[in-house]
Amino acid sequence: MPILVTALFLLFVALLPIAVPWLQFVFTLALAHGLAALGVALLLRAGLISLGHATFYAIGAYTTAYLSTHLGVTDFFVLLMASVVVAAIFGVAIGAFMVRYRSIFFAMLNLAVSMIVFAILAKFYGLTGGTDGMRVAAPTILGMELERATFGRVLFYSVIGMLVAVLILAGRYLQSPLGQALSAVHTNEVRLEYLGVSVNRVLLCAYTISAALAGLGGAVGGMAIGHVVPELAYWTASGHLVLVAVLGGIGGVVGPLMGSIFIELVHTFATGYASGAWNLIVGVALLLVVFFMPQGLYGLVARLGSKKKAMS
Amino acid sequence: MSVPLLRAVDLKISFDGVLAADGVNLDIHEDEFVAIIGPNGAGKTTFLNLCTGYVRPSAGGVFIGGREITRLSPRQITRTGIARAFQLPQLFAEHTIYENVLIAIAARKGFWSAFSTLSDPVYAEEAGALMDLVGLGGIAHLRPVEISEGMRKLADIALAMALKPRLLLLDEPTSGVSASEKFGLMETIVGALRAEKVTALFVEHDMEIVRRFADRVVVWNQGQVVATGTAEEVLNDPYVKENVVGVA
Repeated sequence: MPILVTALFLLFVALLPIAVPWLQFVFTLALAHGLAALGVALLLRAGLISLGHATFYAIGAYTTAYLSTHLGVTDFFVLLMASVVVAAIFGVAIGAFMVRYRSIFFAMLNLAVSMIVFAILAKFYGLTGGTDGMRVAAPTILGMELERATFGRVLFYSVIGMLVAVLILAGRYLQSPLGQALSAVHTNEVRLEYLGVSVNRVLLCAYTISAALAGLGGAVGGMAIGHVVPELAYWTASGHLVLVAVLGGIGGVVGPLMGSIFIELVHTFATGYASGAWNLIVGVALLLVVFFMPQGLYGLVARLGSKKKAMS
Repeated sequence: MSVPLLRAVDLKISFDGVLAADGVNLDIHEDEFVAIIGPNGAGKTTFLNLCTGYVRPSAGGVFIGGREITRLSPRQITRTGIARAFQLPQLFAEHTIYENVLIAIAARKGFWSAFSTLSDPVYAEEAGALMDLVGLGGIAHLRPVEISEGMRKLADIALAMALKPRLLLLDEPTSGVSASEKFGLMETIVGALRAEKVTALFVEHDMEIVRRFADRVVVWNQGQVVATGTAEEVLNDPYVKENVVGVA
């Protein structure tokens, strides 16, 4: 069932821009945010809400921008890999401190770190471009220079391809003892310690993976827009990731991606047809999810699927 | 005389000026099944907490197989071969009983086997055998909230047993269980422990359980070991009768 839902979702995302080409850019950004939201969702499984994960999204985006602008690295895959590695390194360093805390302290400390990163990005003009941000040139792919539009298309379908790998690996991780330990941390941390398991190491592993996912998302986002700004690390961007993860649901790995696509579509249409009511529409959507779909969009789709299966 | 499996030497700890362990000395030997009895507040559970690193003594030491574990964390102590079952069963509420046991087995095998999944046969066979050993085979698919307290106790013990411990500490294994279930529950527990050759130390208030299942009884009062011997010897001791059994 989860495989079917995931496959249908990816097919929908991959094919719709063929009919509606302008959706390609919208979906690329949504998937970039979805990757970061997937990282947030991993931590949510352990009952930890990070209000600062946009930090790693920004680190991924700025790594790509810095490498391409200052160091002349243009290869698409090298930029992606470098962004993931740098975000993961920051994830280990920040996570080693964060995993000692729980509940509101974890949330607020993450928020505090994201605001420090935001300030650094805004103030260190020579390194980061300050509040103006940095430009990201369209990367080359296997040595080929592509036009912006062509690169956008390649980027979009590359992201879809990467998502297949990411979702398989994330699913495997969550089925592994290490992944199962995340929800075990949420329900009974004491028992886990009395099974000889280091809860902090379990959480650090999840935190690092979540940072790497956010870094990947940031790199994709930076390449898609072609420009990075400090606001990528602002706390409201982190709040957006939590919103997306909850909206999509954490029951399946594809949930946060569904949430991201959904919210990006709502955003796009709301700003087009009811620009003044965008926040109201999102607020109502979130209320509906909390009250009527506690498992998020993924939970709803999975439930409908199992009902249909039971009836047939 | 062989090295005791567990040795407590002159353990001391107090809470708000009240001594919960006041120079406790105790040896537990391989294959023993030892009961701790005593009135509420005597320091019985504190002793289990001291042995498992939940609290640290202000003086004295705890040794397992001759190795000092006094300053180790609960996680490190678990790795030395001491497992614990709690008075209130400590299970993972979102997982089924079977998954709970799988997680415990994975914890023993090493949680870092990130490329295996809990559905791998390497875990399944052992989990099935363990569930059968403690008589939970029929309720493997249920979650902790869906089963009785007695079954939760057994599941909690199954998690501890999954670690293949040398010593299992059980805190009131029959508390919260109906009188009609108590003896059956204890027989299952003792049968499983004997089958796996696990030494056990259990805190108990029911003297009939103690009489029937303990090889040796240690009597606790006001943070001190006041008597030790077979159940017959201890339960017929006038001091124990007057000061402990009457109020236990």
